[in-house]
Amino acid sequence: MKAEAEVGVYYLVSIAAALLLSAALVEATGGSWADVVGALLNGSVLKPGRIGLTIGVAVPMLIVALGTVISTRAGLVNIGQEGQLLVGAAAATYVGVELGGPGPLVVVALILAGVAGGALWAGVAAVLRYWRGVPEVLTTLLMVTIATQLVGYGLKNQRFLLAPADGRANRQQISEQLAEDRRLGRLVLLGNELPVSVFLAVALVALLSLVMARTVFGFRLRMLGSNARTARRVGVSEVRYGGAALVASGAMAGLAGAVMLAGGNFGNYTLVPGFSSGIGWTGLLVALVARQRAVSAVGVALVFAALRTGSGFLAATGVERRITNVVEALLVLALLIPPALVFLRHRRRAMGLSAEQLRDG
Amino acid sequence: MGDVLNAVLDVARSEVAWINAFTFAVFLAFGATGEWVAERAGTLNISVEAMLTGGAFGAAVGQDLSGNEVVAVLAAVLAGLSVAAVQAHMSHHLTADQFVVGLTLNIGVLGLTGFLDSAVAPNAYRASAQRIPVLADIPLVGEALFNRSWLFYLIYPLVPACWWLVYRTRWGLEARAAGEEPQAADVSGIDVNRRRRQAIYLTGITSGLGGAYLVLAVVGRFGDSIVGGRGFIALAAVIFGGWTLRGTIAGCLLFGTVLSFRLSLAPLGHELNGDLLASLPFVVTVLAMALFATRVRAPASLARPFVRGLK
Repeated sequence: MKAEAEVGVYYLVSIAAALLLSAALVEATGGSWADVVGALLNGSVLKPGRIGLTIGVAVPMLIVALGTVISTRAGLVNIGQEGQLLVGAAAATYVGVELGGPGPLVVVALILAGVAGGALWAGVAAVLRYWRGVPEVLTTLLMVTIATQLVGYGLKNQRFLLAPADGRANRQQISEQLAEDRRLGRLVLLGNELPVSVFLAVALVALLSLVMARTVFGFRLRMLGSNARTARRVGVSEVRYGGAALVASGAMAGLAGAVMLAGGNFGNYTLVPGFSSGIGWTGLLVALVARQRAVSAVGVALVFAALRTGSGFLAATGVERRITNVVEALLVLALLIPPALVFLRHRRRAMGLSAEQLRDG
Repeated sequence: MGDVLNAVLDVARSEVAWINAFTFAVFLAFGATGEWVAERAGTLNISVEAMLTGGAFGAAVGQDLSGNEVVAVLAAVLAGLSVAAVQAHMSHHLTADQFVVGLTLNIGVLGLTGFLDSAVAPNAYRASAQRIPVLADIPLVGEALFNRSWLFYLIYPLVPACWWLVYRTRWGLEARAAGEEPQAADVSGIDVNRRRRQAIYLTGITSGLGGAYLVLAVVGRFGDSIVGGRGFIALAAVIFGGWTLRGTIAGCLLFGTVLSFRLSLAPLGHELNGDLLASLPFVVTVLAMALFATRVRAPASLARPFVRGLK
């Protein structure tokens, strides 16, 4: 109990330090920190309809984070979610625009296409990892840029993603808009519009926690992550489980991309260059800050989403909106420090103990 | 296919194209040389992007405040080192995940420099070229290599110096040991995390120089997307080069040349697809890793944190 209280104090101090630094930065450049905080709060929760927006932005971040939890628990480092998300969104756009058929079926199809796109992009990394021994860290990272450029190329060709010439400016790179019956529903709750993908995200949190904690599959994944040698000895196939984890994390990122496209809140149901807008990177950070726990990821995702939606209201204060990126970064660093300090303390104690045992024989 | 051949021949005969190619390549090389040292010591340092951005902004502000190029370069190095300090101490002191720290720095430094840039708004400035007589008269590449600002010439001593440091000094041996087999290095008395931190600081210095070169000698002013993901290309060059300095520099030259096609081809009357071209460095690197995976090997403990007593 005492140790927990101490961690709490660490958290308070480091978060306060991060906020103080941000405040100092704003004040030093002639802005008002109080105004900034007010605008961030107004933009993220206080003004009508903003809560719904914040939740809508948090959903894809959370889904990406859940995928990251899967791969990280299996001991793999996937840092290419931004690219997997974008490929997923592109696949979803293609299916959502081109496929004929009744609306609801197309929605299901485009979401599956997003999942498949993300899975494919991570699958390349998985194949290279287990067939050629190329570290997945490197391939996933490098394939982010490939994805960006590939989607950019697709958005220049009407054969792929570019919308027909009428209805867009001459050199504009934009996909056709999803028809109205091909979007995810939005429900109105106390003046807030929420995409129904919220329920999907919540269900996935529950499902993931369950699978990780209570199933053989989850157990084997965790074993692979915490001690690969033991896992091999007891017959857990590294290729099968590791590969599955990597592909699953990519699939989740792709799902996030599809949900962004069909859920509104991003790009107005169209695909444009830069559509992913850092959601993949942020989702990865969410997972890492939440220390790979699905449930804590919910809260962290909401905070990061609030910073993003809040920044929309900063223009009125005359403070550059990029300050929110700085605040976000400082917050992440602040959230990393307390667990690290605790970990180091434990290590030191353990090392001290073993040294004593050695001495006392 | 004939078109492509014609285009390549035209580029190879064009002095301007060579100038463009080396402009890009040298910028990449500044980042990649330091990144190579950090990776040999065991850190996959993705904050090289942030270090380059920080260096670029530091140079712009330093130049604006002092009006002196040397001071500007020092300011750039300082900025690069500050980013490096966060990366180094967060990941190899506090044992925070190096990718979280790197990603956070990439987001945060880009935001911070953009934010400060709008507040400070440093003036544009362009360093003048110092022509080296005789050498600059070499046909085709003379102008590209020897009629440049002094910032460009810094790369000539920097690369061999880093090679010497890593392969011919005790520090280099210890740093490589920290990247290959930290447990063994630790047992033999090497402070693994300290070597790793120092290697990251070195990346901060070279990236600071790279940022200064970019702002003062190439672009002339700081802008938001001035680095624009080229830090990742520098990182790709290290991987492409199979973690040797020779290969890394070859990667920089290749990627720099490929990227400069975007600038060089249009005036020569050729068209090309910019997006596919821009992804080429990454595609080539992934392919190279897949093809040479059995022969080329990453430092054995690349991207693995070291904590004494844990394996």
